[in-house]
Amino acid sequence: MSVPLVIELTILVLAAFLGFEVISKVPTMLHTPLMSGANFIHGIVIVGAIIVLGGADDTFTKVIGFIAMVLATANVVGGWFVTDRMLGMFKRRPDPPKGSGK
Amino acid sequence: MISDPDVVGLLYLVTIVCFVVALRFLSSPKHARKGNWVGGAGMLVAIATTLSLEGIGNWAWIVVGGLIGTVVGLVGARTVRMTAMPQMVAIFNGVGGGAAALVALAEWHNTVDPGGDERVSIVLSALIGSISFAGSAVAFAKLQELVSGRPIVFPGQNIFNALVLIGGVAFGIAAIAGAEEQWVLVALIACALVFGVLFVLPIGGADMPVVISMLNAFTGLAASATGFVLDSTVLIVSGMLVGAAGTLLTLLMAKAMNRSVANVLFGAFGQVQTGVGTARADDGRTVRATTAEDVAVQLSYARKVIVVPGYGMAVAQAQHDVRQLADVLEERGVEVLYAIHPVAGRMPGHMNVLLAEANVPYTQLREMDEINPEFAQTDVALVIGANDVTNPAARSDPASPIYGMPILDVDKAASIVVLKRSMNPGFAGIDNELYLDPKTTMLFGDAKESVLKLIAAVKAT
Repeated sequence: MSVPLVIELTILVLAAFLGFEVISKVPTMLHTPLMSGANFIHGIVIVGAIIVLGGADDTFTKVIGFIAMVLATANVVGGWFVTDRMLGMFKRRPDPPKGSGK
Repeated sequence: MISDPDVVGLLYLVTIVCFVVALRFLSSPKHARKGNWVGGAGMLVAIATTLSLEGIGNWAWIVVGGLIGTVVGLVGARTVRMTAMPQMVAIFNGVGGGAAALVALAEWHNTVDPGGDERVSIVLSALIGSISFAGSAVAFAKLQELVSGRPIVFPGQNIFNALVLIGGVAFGIAAIAGAEEQWVLVALIACALVFGVLFVLPIGGADMPVVISMLNAFTGLAASATGFVLDSTVLIVSGMLVGAAGTLLTLLMAKAMNRSVANVLFGAFGQVQTGVGTARADDGRTVRATTAEDVAVQLSYARKVIVVPGYGMAVAQAQHDVRQLADVLEERGVEVLYAIHPVAGRMPGHMNVLLAEANVPYTQLREMDEINPEFAQTDVALVIGANDVTNPAARSDPASPIYGMPILDVDKAASIVVLKRSMNPGFAGIDNELYLDPKTTMLFGDAKESVLKLIAAVKAT
């Protein structure tokens, strides 16, 4: 399933532009959840960890792949739950509106 | 088992779309959480697809590794305090980078006679991933105060660091030029790890928002490079999305401090300026201390109060008490807003998360540009554990190391109350002119205790 290098580079560059475009719309208020959400997304290396570990024939690769698997899973699971927990905290003013300030 | 490469590719495309939607939904707190669920679903699709690829075995290893990772991640995510969020993000950056470097090492070990582009991507993945891993570990140690948050410097540091990096790059070039031995890549990883440690060590706590953002970008790029190694578009795209996010935040943070990224990384801020400001304090103006009772009267009879939180509030875990104080004041008809400087705290958005945890509605949190014009109509600016982001020297004193940094115009308020532990200068080691302003009074003590006293005093007023 080899993809030509030029195609891959094209995809890379387009992804960079897409990333800048989408992320520049994130308000300052949500920058911490953005970071932890981005943390979660780079947990996608778990795909690499599974491929390496799942295809390992010798002990060296198995050990390296195993450590990568542990790290990547912690990354995915932790990143997701922390983001969810944080985003759950952002609330608008609770229903009963206070008497107007001034 | 899925054997058709087109089906595999389409499933990974679903993942990519989910990730982009997740980021897209982050544009407002209203649907951000939903977005995270979409992202989670995308990740599950990617994992399930990968597990069903042809030739995947070693199931026991995969399951055990996955379980350990899940437990570690869950426990960490559930128990971390919001004040410790910068450390948590640093750790996740680190493990992601470490995983990318390990995948590269395994591929190097297994690929017989790799092609040129494969060599390049293995080298990049190992190099960036390792730097991110070690750098994040040091950032974590600093934030957790396992090592001093102050810059750690030694003579010839930049030159030494450069030599280590050149060493790493040299091994990288050897690997690209055709070396086959395993130790070449191991040596490269070793150099990158040492460099990662060295390059974060001299960076002070106040500059952590820049560093964490940058490590975030690094890990993303490492994941993307891993994608080139494995010919996996989902890794290339997802990694690059994170790379873009981290880069954008790095630039935003550096801009909010009016410094170049290079200056943050190599400037060893906070080292040079001890002593610069001390002469200025001798011009006859003095700092005025006050009591909780006096401040309570000021606050109770104000029409509008702006709270300016900083790292000090996080350290004292005072966010819940600050909210209570605001509640008490609002009951008396005082309008309360929060002014959030982009680099307040130790990571982008740090203060917002803390106040959100304390149930402060996000509609009360105002960004710098939005709130600055309002200080002029404000009766009391209540500065809680913030320092450099309020220092008027950034506007007026070209000799100041923070000159040119956009600040909160706290000094435009009718009166200013600063809650501060003692007269020690802020993290950057600079004296704050604001404290000598005749409109300013200081309430010394632990931020949490001071706020509790204020709540009691306001209730009694």
